[in-house]
Amino acid sequence: MNNLMSLDPMTLALFLPLFGAMAAFIAPRAASVIGLATVLANLGAVGWLAFEIRAAAELITPLGGWAPPLGIALRADGLSVAMLALTGAVGLLVSFSALDALRDARQRQYFWPLWLLLLTGLNGVYLGTDIFNLYVMIEVIALAAVGLTVLSGTREAVRAGLEYMYASILGALLFLMGVGFVYLQLGRLDFAGLIAATPSAALSAALALMVVGLLLKTALFPLHFWLPAAHANATAPASALLSGLVVKAALYIFLRLSTYMPLPDEILVTLLGALGAGALLWGSVQALRAERLKLLVAWSTVAQIGLIFIAFARAGQVGLVESWKAAALLILAHGIAKSAMFLAAGRIKDEVGHDIIRDLDRSAIRPTLAQFTFALAAISLIGLPPSLGFIGKWSLMEGALQAGYWHWVVATMVGTLLSVAYFSRVFAGFLRFDRMQGALAEHKGWALADLAPLTLALAAISLGLMAAPILSFIELGYPFGAMP
Amino acid sequence: MTPDLIYGLTGIAVFAIGLVGALCAQDRLRRVLALKLCSVGAGFILVVAAWREPPASPDPVPHALVITGIVVMVSATAVALALIRRLQTLEAEADE
Amino acid sequence: MSDVPLLPLFILMTSLLASPVLFALPESAARLRTAINLGMAMLKLALVAWLGWKVGQGVVYDLRFTMLPGLEFKLQADPLAMLFISLSAVLWLITTIYSIGYLEHGPHRARFFGFFSLCVAATVGIAMAGNLFTFLIFYELLTLATYPLVIHRGTAEALRAGRIYLIYTLAGGLVLLIGTLGLWVLAGTTDFTPGGVLEDVVTEHRLAAQILFVVLVGALGVKAALFPFHAWLPIAMVAPAPVSALLHAVAVVKAGAFGIMRVVYEVFGIETAQALGMTAPLAALAGITIIYGSLKAITQDDIKKRLAYSTVSQVSYITLGVALASPIAAVGALAHLIHQGLMKITMFMAAGNLAEGLGVKKVSQMDGVGREMPGTMLAFSAAALAMIGLPPLAGFVSKWYLAQGGLDAGAGWVIALLLGSSLLNAIYFLPMLHRAWFRDRADTASGTSYRQIGWMLAAPPITTALMVLAVGGFANAPFSPLEWTRFVVAIEYQE
Repeated sequence: MNNLMSLDPMTLALFLPLFGAMAAFIAPRAASVIGLATVLANLGAVGWLAFEIRAAAELITPLGGWAPPLGIALRADGLSVAMLALTGAVGLLVSFSALDALRDARQRQYFWPLWLLLLTGLNGVYLGTDIFNLYVMIEVIALAAVGLTVLSGTREAVRAGLEYMYASILGALLFLMGVGFVYLQLGRLDFAGLIAATPSAALSAALALMVVGLLLKTALFPLHFWLPAAHANATAPASALLSGLVVKAALYIFLRLSTYMPLPDEILVTLLGALGAGALLWGSVQALRAERLKLLVAWSTVAQIGLIFIAFARAGQVGLVESWKAAALLILAHGIAKSAMFLAAGRIKDEVGHDIIRDLDRSAIRPTLAQFTFALAAISLIGLPPSLGFIGKWSLMEGALQAGYWHWVVATMVGTLLSVAYFSRVFAGFLRFDRMQGALAEHKGWALADLAPLTLALAAISLGLMAAPILSFIELGYPFGAMP
Repeated sequence: MTPDLIYGLTGIAVFAIGLVGALCAQDRLRRVLALKLCSVGAGFILVVAAWREPPASPDPVPHALVITGIVVMVSATAVALALIRRLQTLEAEADE
Repeated sequence: MSDVPLLPLFILMTSLLASPVLFALPESAARLRTAINLGMAMLKLALVAWLGWKVGQGVVYDLRFTMLPGLEFKLQADPLAMLFISLSAVLWLITTIYSIGYLEHGPHRARFFGFFSLCVAATVGIAMAGNLFTFLIFYELLTLATYPLVIHRGTAEALRAGRIYLIYTLAGGLVLLIGTLGLWVLAGTTDFTPGGVLEDVVTEHRLAAQILFVVLVGALGVKAALFPFHAWLPIAMVAPAPVSALLHAVAVVKAGAFGIMRVVYEVFGIETAQALGMTAPLAALAGITIIYGSLKAITQDDIKKRLAYSTVSQVSYITLGVALASPIAAVGALAHLIHQGLMKITMFMAAGNLAEGLGVKKVSQMDGVGREMPGTMLAFSAAALAMIGLPPLAGFVSKWYLAQGGLDAGAGWVIALLLGSSLLNAIYFLPMLHRAWFRDRADTASGTSYRQIGWMLAAPPITTALMVLAVGGFANAPFSPLEWTRFVVAIEYQE
């Protein structure tokens, strides 16, 4: 270790959570304290990094002084710092609510090491510069995420976790296969090498393998089969992390790859959009049919992932230079709003005692603040102004209209209406009172535990007002200055 | 046929067999094994990437990558096996 | 420049910030809630008066905030906005008093007043929106804030009504979003500018502009209850009386009508809209809605439903006045925006009082109610006669200008339409008055004996009824709504 290393925010963001995870594992009694301290320190490091990026636009640090290809370089630009900040901030708030939500001692003991390991993996993805390291990091993420899925220890959770494990490893291995082919073609694996490469059929095949792997991990229809059960059966903080953050890592890699190694064909872009539209439709229909609240929220994730791919495809291959921004905005919006929603759903389940949607109104206990939070998060997910989700949708449709791609506008509108339909099923459960026996308990559920989800939900809405600065931030240093 | 081509084609074949197994197998253990086959296939490709026409010495980087890949896969397999055992216990409890 | 450039923002904030505080108050803190409600409503009224004074002196307020590259969140306080804000500020205060009385012992008051405030904030935002983008933001906020109010009772019927309301208004909002995007792509701006922003575009993209007109006016027509998008309005009648009053007088239907005004005058420009050939169909549609709403109203026995169909009809007077493309008709339209608000809020509050005091909810039960509740029924009668258009009451003033405007625009059919509509108004209102005043109370055996209502319920309809008399009787006095509308129309027609 040299001086340089301890002073660099990127290194800190990578190693703080790793050491934190180890410490939390070794000292289970102090796990919560270690965990919270680590997450706070991580957010501090990200803040520091953001400050430097504002001045420098991009930063590169070779780890341990070794230059690529043997050494590993960390690189940050506006987009990666935005993702780091999303992870850090959402992670911190989820951590707070985990203090309350995890009552079981065993859950508390294992939650922190797993979550910190997950944070290591996520940060590693956002700072990574070569595709092999990305492979390692998505494996780390997969292992930690599976651990979080099965944390509740129920049979359904373990079964869903195993399904998730198979899908996740298969996705990672497909990615690895692609990595192998890239090395065969180019003899290097770093992003700079990918940008410099001349497109060829073999390279496209390698890209296709990697993309399929990533789609499996990000659960794009029809590769979404593992997601609903996994996200619905995990404990609330774990669901929030899984839905809000984990699926975003694969999406992020996809965004990066597609800008570094542009998809070779307009048809492929359209195909991705079409799959997105399928996800939007299928996810919404399943959300309309879901009987349990958390399952509904999980299916809504499937639909929203689809929307992000429509945003990606909105203006065709030529429009990719702009489209990634709309996709990135939607990624950020979904990350914040969905974690708020899962935490709120968890609170509702805790207070009411169940999360069966059609019986929600039979309960005399109404966790008002959690329900309010759920509604606020829904506003952003539906995409109503002035939320960040609205800004994302606006960018999506603006680009599609300008390119004359009406079909994407129509798909988005249909998806929006469907999301209103499935979320209003839940609202009806909150607001109906005539099937309830006994008097209503007044203002039940004003607990400190509601603070974290409420903060997230308010952020999802109010960040829409900050869209202009966010947009100019994620454009910083993009990417290696190679593209406009 | 050069050795690297044979090796590479074998790698692809092994990966494909693993892929089919992972998607089609019903048994939990078989699916884990199928995934292991996939990882072996992917490893083959990386090893081929290291191959250089003798007398040139092979590229060391892919070797390092393959070793890393094996380590990752070993831990993934361990987690999967642990989960399978846990699930079996839970299911056995539920049956009683 | 003005000395307090943020004044419009303050006005918006009075109700916007009151809302979370009201949400957070425990159910039992009734006094504090009342104090906050009334305090904020009065503060807002004072600020609006101040703003109106400044705007009258020619001070320009213009607040901007960039949300996306080139796309601004923009608040302005032009005379047209002032007209609408004044209406909402005055009626907010009155409805707040009424709601406090109405919900005195009801459940979920914290929630109710929280959303009530939010709803008024949205109305103010709609009034002061400086471009279509900002308008859209508040338009959606209005939908979200009114939905919980509509289903406030929490019954299956209320939820069904709420769902229909939500589907109509959110679908309308989505179409408005598409229209806004279309405008943005077509014109490169969404700013409201007297005379319109599409003049140059129209020559090249005539069809696109026509489609855009249909999309925008159609989207706004949902809230304005323009035929055939009106079905949600009578169903939404399950809401508590103060909510219906507010929905019909200032909030929802007026937001739609006001939006149509903004779009026709300041997005397209009246001349461009005429050149596109869109105003005549719009006028015809408004005419159909006027007659259709009145015909439906006649057949309703439920008092609130009858009033609701009457709203469908009356609000289209505003659209008609806009679509006739004559400055005189425009005066009528704008004046009716105010007048209809005052008349309809009076009638809904009176109807609420009948239900509260006597349990009377149907027209057929109204026999003799005038003797039991004379104050309420006097207010109701004044508003009803004004609605029919008895000179010199408020409704007459707007109808007079609309008729003159019709002649001015060379559309003689408007006279016939207005006469027919007035006749229909008389057919559905006069029997109510006849029953109330000239028939004996059928029997008290049905279990509905008179229950004393508090001043908080009794005074508001009387107050608004007096306003109805005043705006009609003193229509030509300085600072009357009519005078202000002339000022606005001069701007919109760029005279």
